[in-house]
Amino acid sequence: MTSAVLRFGCVVTMLGIGTLACAAEIPQSERRSGYEMMSPETKAMQDDDTANPATLWVLEGETIWNTKAAGGKSCADCHGEATASMKGVAARYPAFDATRNQPIDLEQRINICRSDRQNATPLPYESRELLALTAFVARRSRGMPIEQSDPRMQPAIASGRALFEGRQGQLNLSCAQCHDDNWGKQLAGSVIPQAHPTGYPIYRLEWQNLGSLQRRLRNCVFGLRAETYPLGAPETVALEAFLMWRARGLLMDAPAVRP
Amino acid sequence: MTRPLINVPARAKRGQVIEIKTLISHVMETGFRHSSIGVLLPRDIITEFVCTYGGEEIFRADFYPAISANPFITFHTVATQSGTLTFTWTGDNGFSVTEQASITVE
Repeated sequence: MTSAVLRFGCVVTMLGIGTLACAAEIPQSERRSGYEMMSPETKAMQDDDTANPATLWVLEGETIWNTKAAGGKSCADCHGEATASMKGVAARYPAFDATRNQPIDLEQRINICRSDRQNATPLPYESRELLALTAFVARRSRGMPIEQSDPRMQPAIASGRALFEGRQGQLNLSCAQCHDDNWGKQLAGSVIPQAHPTGYPIYRLEWQNLGSLQRRLRNCVFGLRAETYPLGAPETVALEAFLMWRARGLLMDAPAVRP
Repeated sequence: MTRPLINVPARAKRGQVIEIKTLISHVMETGFRHSSIGVLLPRDIITEFVCTYGGEEIFRADFYPAISANPFITFHTVATQSGTLTFTWTGDNGFSVTEQASITVE
């Protein structure tokens, strides 16, 4: 917590010197996944399945996938072998849920499946089981391009963009001021990435744990000293949708390791 | 809890230096942190890791609170004979996990 506050203290200094430029979208040709900005050591850790700690969750997710839930059904009973059925799924979430008439993210999709199809209790956000299932499903999209083309998602993407570009919090900063205008520069000791959600859920070395995109977004919002949205809030799903749209075409590398 | 991940080459030439990698799921709670309501979280760490090769101990490590969660250990040894490598992690609260891997030496 302290380090987050210190870091964002640095943002103010940095932006103060550089004067506040207008938010400019990153051209398609210059978009880079966070993976490309990591040290060779962290890349090596991510690329080797036996060194990537997220593999522990993927294996646990596989067990849950094949285990019958309290309602008597397992994920595999409907979806079968995940290698085929879940291929590319994580690359197109958040997606529009027609029955609920709203966009939902992958965690919500899993929980809707649990309550509607498996007659099981939904898993709490950031619980080990939910992260394990999400990591297991997301692993099936590794190397596939991110897609966010459903026209029904446009309103969510638009409101996500407004959140991304709007100033917020006591520091009165927007996401875009770091991730569009100053990516590649240093924020304290770390490189500011372009904020493309290619690898979620991520094993973040700072957390020493796996975490969802929602958790990461709350980190950033907290750093701006703004009020965070509750986990699963429509605003956060909209921001996730905008980030995925913004990262369209980039390749998934989930579950990733990030510093 | 998931099983530990062990990476040992399945085959090696006699006398070859091989790399062994292990990864285990563990919180490695230091015993120095407090919860959100101010209660001291009791220490819960792995304290010892031992690897034996054909019954003979080839690597041992003592762990302390500063070791990260989900510890990743990598080390090298010389492939001397076909056989079994046994990995044992022991720690607080009766934690004990044993895993085996086999290697064929030609």
